[in-house]
Amino acid sequence: MCLAIPARLVEYVDADRLYGKVELGGVQRRINTSLLVGEDATEPGEYVLVHVGFALSRVSETEAAETLRILEEMGPAYHDEVDQIRQWQAMEDELVGANYRESNGKATV
Amino acid sequence: MTDTVVQPGSGAAIKAASARIADPEQRVLERIAEIRKRKPSMREDAITMSHGAGGKASHTLVTALFGDILSNPVLDQLGDQAVLQLPGVDSIGLAVTTDSFVVSPLFFPGGDIGELAVNGTINDLAVGGATPLGISAAFILEEGLDVATLRRVVESMRRAADRAGVNIVTGDTKVVPRGKADQLFITTTGVGVVPLPQRVAIPRIVPGDVVLLSGAMGDHGSTVMLARGDVDLEADNLRSDTMALHGLTAALLGDGIDVHFMRDATRGGVATVLNEIAQSAGVAVAIDEASLPVHDEVRGVAEILGIDPLYIANEGKLVAIVAKEHASRALEVMRSRPEGTEAAVIGEVMAEPEGMVFIHTGFGGTRVVDMLIGDPLPRIC
Amino acid sequence: MKFADEFRDADLARALGARIAGEAGDKHWKIMEVCGGHTHTIFKYGIEDLLPSNVELVHGPGCPVCVIPMGRLDDGIAVAHQPGVIFTCFGDLMRVPGSEGSLLDAKAAGADVRMVYSPLDALKIAQQNPDRKVVFYAIGFETTAPSTALTLMRAKAEGIRNLFVFCNHVTIIPPMKAILDSPDLQLDGFLGPGHVSTVVGIRPFEFVTSNYNKPVVVVGFEPLDILQGVHMIIQQIHEGRCEVENQYKRVVHDDGNPKALEVLARVFKLRSHFEWRGLGFISQSALELQDEFAEHDAEKVFSVPGVRVADPKACQCGEVLKGVLKPWECKVFGTACTPETPIGTCMVSSEGACAAYYNFGRYSRARERERVLASGDRPDASGNGHTNGSVSEHDLRPIPVQAR
Repeated sequence: MCLAIPARLVEYVDADRLYGKVELGGVQRRINTSLLVGEDATEPGEYVLVHVGFALSRVSETEAAETLRILEEMGPAYHDEVDQIRQWQAMEDELVGANYRESNGKATV
Repeated sequence: MTDTVVQPGSGAAIKAASARIADPEQRVLERIAEIRKRKPSMREDAITMSHGAGGKASHTLVTALFGDILSNPVLDQLGDQAVLQLPGVDSIGLAVTTDSFVVSPLFFPGGDIGELAVNGTINDLAVGGATPLGISAAFILEEGLDVATLRRVVESMRRAADRAGVNIVTGDTKVVPRGKADQLFITTTGVGVVPLPQRVAIPRIVPGDVVLLSGAMGDHGSTVMLARGDVDLEADNLRSDTMALHGLTAALLGDGIDVHFMRDATRGGVATVLNEIAQSAGVAVAIDEASLPVHDEVRGVAEILGIDPLYIANEGKLVAIVAKEHASRALEVMRSRPEGTEAAVIGEVMAEPEGMVFIHTGFGGTRVVDMLIGDPLPRIC
Repeated sequence: MKFADEFRDADLARALGARIAGEAGDKHWKIMEVCGGHTHTIFKYGIEDLLPSNVELVHGPGCPVCVIPMGRLDDGIAVAHQPGVIFTCFGDLMRVPGSEGSLLDAKAAGADVRMVYSPLDALKIAQQNPDRKVVFYAIGFETTAPSTALTLMRAKAEGIRNLFVFCNHVTIIPPMKAILDSPDLQLDGFLGPGHVSTVVGIRPFEFVTSNYNKPVVVVGFEPLDILQGVHMIIQQIHEGRCEVENQYKRVVHDDGNPKALEVLARVFKLRSHFEWRGLGFISQSALELQDEFAEHDAEKVFSVPGVRVADPKACQCGEVLKGVLKPWECKVFGTACTPETPIGTCMVSSEGACAAYYNFGRYSRARERERVLASGDRPDASGNGHTNGSVSEHDLRPIPVQAR
């Protein structure tokens, strides 16, 4: 349950595929990949879920896309509610103060 | 049933509300707010690593032990530098600062302990508006330390000093038996002059001021964490951001910009500086998550280890609190200099709730950014 | 970051929150999220701000650090102090208070305590220090146990005899059952632990639907995952269904990871009973090493006090863990018990409900009130029902402190 994150499997480092290297945001980590068998067998370039130095499972691109599709479908039907929410957001911004985005331009690198 | 006299959106509204609402939760929140304002006290019997992390424990150690015993008007201000009056001189004061450097490993991508020592000392003077005049450096050397290593460190200090245009003018060395020092400790003192009265000072901070950050957060801390080799992470582009900022501070102050306060964000990260400011100035600081500059690799390290970049150490970044009318000019000046190419406006100062730092998430939520307790410990959960 | 950012989309989250508000009607919903990781996400992203006030998320006992009784931590500290020991553990554990201080304090007092990011780090330390005894204090649910298991298998295979595991792995089903059996709580459904399920699958949760008639949705850890899970629970109730559903299909297979389960069975067996902080003794709820690995079992090799230490009288972690009390309802929350002076584990662990609320939650609740008063009229005056962060008469009524 805890902190497991999806990271890209760059390569396996041994012939038996017991260890591999994953990459996240330009950072690489060596992890144990011995649990990636059966439905979780993963090829380099695909993504895996990493927890305390072990890959627990393969991240399925198809399933992720399907989940997102279902989520996105819920959006359009509720435009009115979303508009009201946006009005609330504007009210809140006013209560809080300056809108930083306009004074910043591209702030993150 | 609203009280029409009370300004909507003000902290006074909260207070008025809680008088009317018999809400146990609100009472608890208020109690916490009150307790947080109380003076901290040292409870521990022994010093732990938390006391060195730059967060609450460090703060308590400094205020409740050192500050308490050594109390005097200059020390009590707990500034990055102490400003001393020179007898018979009104227009300038003598700025003094001291710092110790105990980093391990001694060398890491982007710098080393020597460079940190020179740049860090200059920065403590620069953020107070002082012009650095000279640095002293005292070395504690562990028996068995490689002379070649020592030479490398000192040569690095020479280069850093030359780059900054400030000399190391005096020093001291001591040698301790093997095991009594982690190879090499450096303590510096920086001396400079600052025009009086000081332009940048905590009391000058007012609600409405804008908060600027001179560049991306967390580079130094992440680099050193990886360089220690405790965790199997590699990040080829990660480098310490150590650099002297006196050129940047001089540019800001020299341009007629109404800078109210500056502080360099070192251990404990940007979050710690903002909390210190909020507490000392009795204001609230609101920051915008989307505006915080963070390099991808730092984000990756933070995500993998479960740490927040807001708490990771920096060695070449400053937070500037600037009058609202001058904020965009200040940003321009910062970005025009090599020390500030990634500078950003990250938030603003508000009146209430005082002493609190909060962040507007990209998600439309708001949450409190508290001071770090101990070390930013990575989590598995 | 791929597979993370897409599930953090703010607009989608707000739309989902609005949809939930529409479907929630007037009923007061109580949905328990079992996992500490879920608690963290909920507070970090202010998910409760997006839900209508009548949909309540109750934080459950899924924080493996929070449920460790003080006596058990004291045992670990006692081992750390033994000569020649290098004591390794995850960062989460370092500041948890035992009856006489934490592991961090033990380190200050001279014990060689080192933080690791993986049990493999402990193995490496054992390899590099053959004359020392390296103890790994293992914590975590079924998500983490396979990693400990694989590490031990490797130690055995490579003849690394100076690695010992102090095993505190616990399993998620028994405490869920304990909570369901408890009369204090009336829940409408569960958000199941997504990462535990990558190992055990979703079938182990069927007892909840068949024996207790409550729906379970196994969810991921991004804000959209949690919101979708809430939506799916409400939908099940509306449609008269009661099933275990899998929202986290991108990493959870219904049958889990067979290799991970095999590894668990090889290295661990169930203890007959184990003490959970706040929940008392629960049978068959924790793991210990199989006899084959006895030489690596810290509890067999070292003598530990094994003393049962009662929680400090003021501590109400038990009720918070069960979801009976909200963090701010605990008598010592924010006063005697703060993140820097924690009394109980709920405040120390970053996953604990109290720490999460203290760090993240308290401001959003204060602002909520400010908005109520500042606006004067109610945001749902348009008659659309509850919307984002909407407040109604409910919020202005005193919240009863006793268990609901």
